[in-house]
Amino acid sequence: MIYRRFLNVPTWRFRSPFEELHRMRQQLDQLFEDSATPHQRLSAGVFPLINLTEDKDNYYVRAELPGVKGEELDIQVTGNNLGISGERKIAAEEKGARYHRREREAGRFSRMIGLPGDINSDKVNAKIENGILTVVVAKAEAAKPKQISVK
Amino acid sequence: MADTQSKELKVREKQEVTGPAEQTAPGLVFTPAVDIFETEKEITLLADMPGVKPDHLTIDLRDNTLTLSADIEPMDDGDVEKILVEYETGRYYRQFTLGEMINQENIDAKLNDGVLRLTLPKVEKATPKKITVATG
Repeated sequence: MIYRRFLNVPTWRFRSPFEELHRMRQQLDQLFEDSATPHQRLSAGVFPLINLTEDKDNYYVRAELPGVKGEELDIQVTGNNLGISGERKIAAEEKGARYHRREREAGRFSRMIGLPGDINSDKVNAKIENGILTVVVAKAEAAKPKQISVK
Repeated sequence: MADTQSKELKVREKQEVTGPAEQTAPGLVFTPAVDIFETEKEITLLADMPGVKPDHLTIDLRDNTLTLSADIEPMDDGDVEKILVEYETGRYYRQFTLGEMINQENIDAKLNDGVLRLTLPKVEKATPKKITVATG
């Protein structure tokens, strides 16, 4: 034990003490990076963030678009790409209103999502409910997984 | 200036909500983005709460503290596989301190397209009453 301490301390001393501080700082930075919570990404502007899931028949594309109405959205399918664009409007309030907080943002957005497999562009359904857009895109027959029975 | 300061709606901001103490349900909790503005008659609060249904939203006002909390229903797609997850979903929670007396009877809340519009009418200022002191 004494021997180890004897060995450790001098090497630590021989290096610059700042080096040790630097190492500690790097470790702290690493810690903060690791603990970065996913919802920090939520504030990434007005462009809708997408959640994409699939089952064997469909792709489900979701985006949080509070305050956007269906008629303000433009959804297009080109090849295997799904385009979502529109504008989020925030109506002007009456004159003389004094703002204390203004965190909600308005503006245009446009996004293309490449779907991983072939789709059937005739079977695309979109709905917006409680501020969440859901686009259900049917997979093309060829892209659906086939169950093969082993004889 | 001092007068307008007293009317300020003070925000108790929580960037990272680890979960209010009185709730123990698992899952993530988010702070909704809000707009708050006031006119002479009322204070209006708009909050973005996508995925919240009206009956899952709780608005509580007591002792000048306004609490918004909302649950969301998980998406029931059945058996799905995640390909891309860019945003997480979870409950919403945010508290505000109001620096103004609110007429609790006439609070109005509407939830449309995932946006809450909460109207908090101010209490009308008591009109000054002159009291005459009778002599004798």
